[in-house]
Amino acid sequence: MSEALLEVEKLSAGYGDARVLDDVSFRLDQGGSLALLGRNGMGKTTLLTSLIGLTRRHGGRIRLAGRDLTAVPTHRRALAGLGWVPQERDIFPSLTVEENLTAIATGGAWTLDRVYDLFPRLMERRSNMGNQLSGGEQQMLAIARALMLDPKVLLLDEPMEGLAPLIVQELFRIIQRMIERDGLAVILVEQHAHQILPLTRDAMILERGRVVYSGDSRRLIDEPALLDRWLGVGAVELDDGTSA
Amino acid sequence: MTGVVSPMAAPAALRGAGAWKPAELLFWTLPVIGWFAFPENLPLLTQIAITALFALSLDLVLGVAGMVTLGHAAFFGVGAYAAGMLPAYLGIGDPLLGLVAAAAAAALAGALTSPLMLRGSGLSQLMVSVGINAMLYEAANKATEVTGGVDGLPGVENTPLFGMWSFDLYGRTAYVYAVVVLLLLFWMARRVVRSPFGVSLRGIRLNAARMPALGVPVNRRLAVVWTLAAAYAGVAGALLTQTTQFVSINVLGFDRSAEVLLILILGGAGHLYGALVGAVAYMSIHHLLADIDPEFWQFWIGLIFIVVVLFARDGALGAAARIRDLIRNLILGRGASR
Repeated sequence: MSEALLEVEKLSAGYGDARVLDDVSFRLDQGGSLALLGRNGMGKTTLLTSLIGLTRRHGGRIRLAGRDLTAVPTHRRALAGLGWVPQERDIFPSLTVEENLTAIATGGAWTLDRVYDLFPRLMERRSNMGNQLSGGEQQMLAIARALMLDPKVLLLDEPMEGLAPLIVQELFRIIQRMIERDGLAVILVEQHAHQILPLTRDAMILERGRVVYSGDSRRLIDEPALLDRWLGVGAVELDDGTSA
Repeated sequence: MTGVVSPMAAPAALRGAGAWKPAELLFWTLPVIGWFAFPENLPLLTQIAITALFALSLDLVLGVAGMVTLGHAAFFGVGAYAAGMLPAYLGIGDPLLGLVAAAAAAALAGALTSPLMLRGSGLSQLMVSVGINAMLYEAANKATEVTGGVDGLPGVENTPLFGMWSFDLYGRTAYVYAVVVLLLLFWMARRVVRSPFGVSLRGIRLNAARMPALGVPVNRRLAVVWTLAAAYAGVAGALLTQTTQFVSINVLGFDRSAEVLLILILGGAGHLYGALVGAVAYMSIHHLLADIDPEFWQFWIGLIFIVVVLFARDGALGAAARIRDLIRNLILGRGASR
């Protein structure tokens, strides 16, 4: 078996003394894609922030491309290849689109041109201020900004949240391109499983900070009962994104 | 770690944005106009240039990177004393060497104090900066045999600039010297602020918590800009020493720290030009008011500050931008501009 790109071993973490994640283990291979599912408050976001080093670790280990990141500070984890796109997006309001990108450019494989090629819309808006963008554009900028760090693994936290259906489709295609064409490893957090399961190879379901399902995305699509059990009724169909 | 280029190396896209705008070139004709318009007042104009450089230094840390300081005179003073002691004790009177020594001494002071500044933020930063300033003032006050204490350090004599231009009685050499140093350091600051390093500093000011996850070592970047700004302030202090041939203990005064903060806010923080505009405006108003009303000029200055803070929040530059937009709207009509 080849060495995993990202390997998380019995990770327990939380805020202060409170433990949110309990013994979470998983691995992600080169070019792999993982859907991280679960209801609200089950620890999906905490898992991402723990990977980037913003929570308190109670135990366990994190390895990226053979390097132990467990005790590495956040900015070095980012430079080592963890590109985190938080749900809040955190665009710099008084920097232009281009400045948002160049503020953190590391001179890696993802250049401005390559990012603009993936997000033509950002090219058009390059001199707009961060606060003059629509929600969808902000989300694109947040992803593009993470790409400028030349990540090995992209951590996307509910990227489709609160966006219009047309924009969701556009983002979906872009994420698909990143996974399939650019071979980028991606962890995708979503509440609406049906939106992303066709996109990812693997899936993992968290329930109260524990892994309750880890396996093929395909299987979850084929066996709605499994999804129903952990995500509640209606997580599978409802195309408009509302829950039953 | 592979492929991490120096954050100072601007990519092509940023370099394009670095072209000087016509308004900027126009601004830099002001010192030339000043030379011809006020030949009697060159010493005052020199003071304005020095104050502008000092305010520029503060803008780098406060306006760009968002570090709060009310003790910036500490570095101005270190530079002023360094530039004074070099000729007074070592007999080295070359002004440019003096500038380099002052920049180095102030940068060292900056590097040593940066860990203290980075321990906290906001009010605690403010307190630390005031503390550093006060301690340096008292140290200079005590060490009379080195600094001259409250009597000041006399006997600062510089050799002619490049061995050619001596510092004359009318302050002509001093004025050109101060303006050229200001222009060079401004050009450098402008490049720094537009580099990815500079943009990341603005990112830190806007959302410091977010920057580590974007691969930016926040404290290291802040320590660098703090040290750089200290060097700038040191050069400003050195210019004061060299152009007045004397070091007074006031170079370390708390007043000076407060004044430069007011000047920056008056001009508008975070745009570099605000520092220059603020210095010109403040020093001119100060000069005129002291002429018109020698007893109560501070009252009027206070009033002006309150008006600026209440009605032109982003300083003179912000007010100018709003007036410009207003005029543009009037000329083009409302529909055309939006």
